[in-house]
Order: sequence, then C-alpha cells, then structure tokens
Amino acid sequence: MSLSNADDIALSEISATGPQPPLPKAGLVGRSPGQQAWARLRRDRVATVSGAVLILFVVVALAAPLIQRLYGVGPQQQFQDALDGLGMPLGYAGGITGGHWFGLEPGLGRDIFIRMVYGLRTSLVIAVAAAVITTLIGVAAGVLAGYLGGWVGAVIGWVTDFALAMPFLVVALALVPTVTLRFYGPRQAEPAVFRAGLLIVVFAVFGWTGAARLVRGQIVSLREREFVEAARASGVGLGHMLFRQLLPNTWAPILVSFSLAVPSYVTGEAVLSFLGIGIVDPTPDFGAMIYRSIDYLQTDPTYVFFPGVTIFLLVLAFNLFGDSLRDALDPKSSR
Amino acid sequence: MLRFLVKRLLSAILVLLAVSVLSFLMFFALPRDPVTAMCPKNCDAQRLERVRQELGLSDPLYQQYVGYMKGIFVGRDLNSAQGGHCDAPCLGYSYVNSEPVTHTLTRVLPVTLSIVIPAAVLWFGLGVGLGMTSALRRGTLLDRLAIGFSLTGASLQLYFVGAVLLLVFSYTLHVVPVPHYTSILVDPLRWADGLVLAWVTLAFLFCAIYARLSRAQMVETLSEDFVRTARAKGLPRSTVYGRHALRAAITPLITIAGMDVGAALGGTVVTETTFGLQGLGRTAWDAVREGDLPTIMATVLIAAVFIVVANIVVDVLYAAIDPRVRLR
Repeated sequence: MSLSNADDIALSEISATGPQPPLPKAGLVGRSPGQQAWARLRRDRVATVSGAVLILFVVVALAAPLIQRLYGVGPQQQFQDALDGLGMPLGYAGGITGGHWFGLEPGLGRDIFIRMVYGLRTSLVIAVAAAVITTLIGVAAGVLAGYLGGWVGAVIGWVTDFALAMPFLVVALALVPTVTLRFYGPRQAEPAVFRAGLLIVVFAVFGWTGAARLVRGQIVSLREREFVEAARASGVGLGHMLFRQLLPNTWAPILVSFSLAVPSYVTGEAVLSFLGIGIVDPTPDFGAMIYRSIDYLQTDPTYVFFPGVTIFLLVLAFNLFGDSLRDALDPKSSR
Repeated sequence: MLRFLVKRLLSAILVLLAVSVLSFLMFFALPRDPVTAMCPKNCDAQRLERVRQELGLSDPLYQQYVGYMKGIFVGRDLNSAQGGHCDAPCLGYSYVNSEPVTHTLTRVLPVTLSIVIPAAVLWFGLGVGLGMTSALRRGTLLDRLAIGFSLTGASLQLYFVGAVLLLVFSYTLHVVPVPHYTSILVDPLRWADGLVLAWVTLAFLFCAIYARLSRAQMVETLSEDFVRTARAKGLPRSTVYGRHALRAAITPLITIAGMDVGAALGGTVVTETTFGLQGLGRTAWDAVREGDLPTIMATVLIAAVFIVVANIVVDVLYAAIDPRVRLR
C-alpha cells in the first residue's frame, strides 16, 4: 500500500488536472511510459471530449456513403425547384428543412449537409496523409542533420534552406495548374483522386522543413548536454544514440509539431481550395464551399456558417487533442 | 561571426540560384507547351503566337535561362515586340499590360510590406507576451482564458474571420472603412485606417499561435534545472524569468517568426484576396489566372529572397540570444 501511496503523490505532482481517481490495488505492477501516458490521457477531460469529437468526425467521413443512403440525398443532386428565381433557397435560414438539414447552396441548389459529409472525407484524408509524411521526413532529416553535422548536416541543411526558400503559396499557385495540365490536357477533366494526391505531394515537398528545422535545433542543443556526452563516451552506436538518447528527449516538440501539422494541413488544403487551386468543384470540399459562399455573405450568411464553423470545430478538436496528448506523453510539461 | 555570416550569405546565394533554376524549369519546361499551359481557355491564336515569340521558345532552355538572369544583373535588349531595352534589374515585361515587371513590383511591394510588418510586430509582441504571462500564472483564470483564446484563434480560418470582420465592422457598423491602400508617405492616418482590419485579422490569428507556442516553450523551460538553480541561488524572480528563462524559451519562437514573416512578405495571398488589397500575393494570383509568366516568375523569386533573408536574420539573432548556440 505504501508503494501505491507514493505512486499517488508522484502522479498528483505530474498531472495537476482533474481529480485523482484511486489507483487500482495492483500491487507491484510496472507500467511503461506509454501505459502511463495512456492512463493520463484517459483521465484528461479535454482529451476525452476532443478525442470523441475527432472519432465522430472520422466515423462520419468513413461512413459517408452509408449516411448518404440513410439521408436519401446525394452530394451532386440539385434541387432547383427549392430555389427562387434569383437562385436563392426558398424558406428561412438558407432553406433549412427536415429534408435538408443545413439548407441548400444558392445557385446550384445542392444539399449542404451531405456535401459537408463528403467534404470531411476529402479534408481528413489529405491532411492526415500529409502530416504523417511530412513529420517522418522532417524528423529523419532534422535528427541526422543535427546529430551528424559535418557534410551530412550541411547537405540536409542546404536542402532544408532550399525547400524553405520556395514561397509555398505562390509556388503552389503556379505549380498545381501546370502539373495538372502536364498530365491532363486543357480540355480533359482530371479525376478528383489526382488532385488530392497532387496536394499531398505538394504538402510533403514543402511541409517537412518546419519539423526538420525544429528537430535540428533541439538536437543541436541536446548534443552539448552531459548525458549525450556520457553516452558517447561509453561508446554507444548511432542507432542507440538516436533512438534511445536523442529522440526521446525531443518528443515534446515533435508531437507539438505533428499535432499542429494535421490541423494545419486541414487549413492548408482549405486555403488552396479557397484560392481555386486545391480541390475543385464538383468534388465536395470546405475551402471551395467557403469560397463560393463569400459571394453570398450578405444575402445568405448560413451558407458560409456551416462549413466555416465545421472546419473550425474540426481544427479545434485536433488542436485540443494534440495539446492533451502532449501533456500526457511529457510529464515534465503538464499543465 | 564574420566567417559565419559570409558562409551563410554564400549558401543563401546558392539557394536563390537553385530556386531560380527550379522555378524557371517548372514554368518553362514542365508543361508540354508553357503557352497553352498558362492560359488554357482564353488564349486566341494571335496571343499564343505572340507569347511564343516573346519567350523565345525555339532557343535552348539554358539560353533562355541565361538571358533571364542576365537581365536581372546587367539588363538585356529585347526586341521591340517585347518592349525594347530593359534596364538592369530586368524581370521582363508583363504579357497582360506590357508594363515592366519591376514597375509592377515596386507598385505592389509597399502594400504587402504595409500589411505584414505592423501585423508581425503586433502578433509577436502580443502572442509572446500572452504566452509567457500565462505560463508564469499557470492554472489561474488568466491562463485558462489565454489558452481558450489561443486555441480558438489557432483553429480559425483567415478568410472566414476576415469575411466576418469585414461584414460586421465595415459593411454593417461602419467603424472602419472598406480596406484600401494609401502610401504612408502620403497620409499616415489613411494608411493605418485602410489597413487596420487586415492587421487585426492577421495579428489575431497569428498571435494565438504564438501565444500557444510560447506558453508551451516557457512551461518546458520553467521545469529546467537551470531555472531552479537560478531561483535557489536567490536571484529575483524577474531576473530568472525575464532573462534566463525567456532567453531559452524564445529561441524556437524566433525560428518560427522568421519563417512566418519571410513567407508572409512573399505574399499574403489569402489576406489580400479577402480584403481586396493589391499586394504581392494578389498580383501572383492574378498573374497565374492570366498566364502572365514573367510576373509569376518574378513574384516567386522575390518571395524566395524574402524568405532567405529572414532565415539569415533568424540565425544571427539565434546566436545573439542563446549563448548555447555556437556559430561555426
């Protein structure tokens, strides 16, 4: 029992959030840092709520065809008879009815709810894929450059500088239409998958540099620390040095960077689509929807409202969950 | 220090050369025909031919590139159809209105600078201040409010916030005029008045991100041994937090600020599109739509210059602030 008490005190020092439930009387059960983090995460109310919201978003995105069948309306279906002569939805608040939960798009008369369900799919697939790829590349490059230094560091640093020096939005603006045209002629319609893949590639090419620089900076200052020197003096191999000594000490920034990466790619994808170079109509997408809705800002504010608020909630949930995850994994910096 | 600077400058020049080669290849070589690539729909045969002539597409690529680069440093003589002689920093002539691209840039650059610099000062000062304060007052109401604010701001979309602010403050309440640009040299008040909405929007969103990051950094730094040591040896709180901890916590933020400001100077496309301001970003956007290759090329290059310069400034600041970093 005395041991579990000590555990309790230690835990209460680590996570100051929320009430501390009594530990199970498990006696002497060792827990790995991962298990401890999981336990902390489950106790964190913000993490639970934002995690649940994220799961809901993911389920909605995955089950989009099922939702379409239950809802009975497709993303490309037009309801012209529910619009007035000027193309504005009839009824109140952008044409919200029992059949069209979030109303209809002015002009084309498509159902906003089902388009958002599919838009969520587009957004999540692109953002998660881009975040995973960029973080992997960035961490690998950053660690190698920071630890090895020398010519490896110089080359990586130079490539990083180079990729960072490419002005992302402007280059993407010019590059995406050009590449699309390279594969598909001016009159040929390209499949939506191609655009999505192209966006992921663009994000991967430009996005890894942030993580790389951050990690490199961390590693450079860690390199001068005593424990690294001690490890080096005891003659550990490169793999041990990187994965046992250096990387575990850079978890916090890497996680912060990853947790910022997913929502930032949700945002980035929406921005590119907003500017007309990301996902294009008729593929459902938040950015493209908001771009269209700006024209109707004064006449039909509900049109901008639903996609604007949904993407805000999605990004917010990711940010909150990322924060909690960070606190859980890194007891040094708990709230 | 001097050796480091020279090395850094040389590598920056190399980077810029590489950017110029790559973007040149990207725009002139990648598509099957750059002419149709840049204006797929609305180009009549006459304009296609003219553009093709001006590009000198029959020349080998390296020759085109050398010609372009020569134009930047010593000027070049183009034939009369292309606008004639073009003085030293020559970036060619716009395909759309035959204006020298350098003129376009000198016209739109002050707009972007006027948007970004005051906004950056606002967002860095407010963001870091808020983040540091809430890290020092962890768990208090102020901290919770700051966290809520920064998470909200960091999750909002610029064009969405911009549109809402525009609708509320300009169209409905008439508190501020619809954004416009007046040179600061002509009328500083009108200058500020016309851009304040853009500053507030940018600063609000960025300041939230900086508050979040600086809080995380500061919280981590405060749990470091050197902070405890400094406290234990009896230094006053203000010295420990203001000098020791702040210095260590602020370095990663400077990296990020450098990247953000550099990128923003290259064109705040979304801000400029949302508020209808004709800056560098909007010019690039228009150029892409109109297939104005020389302008696209020039905006990419100048944006790259900003980013590279910002990075050098960051590296020097880094060394000045964090004594643990040695410049080699």
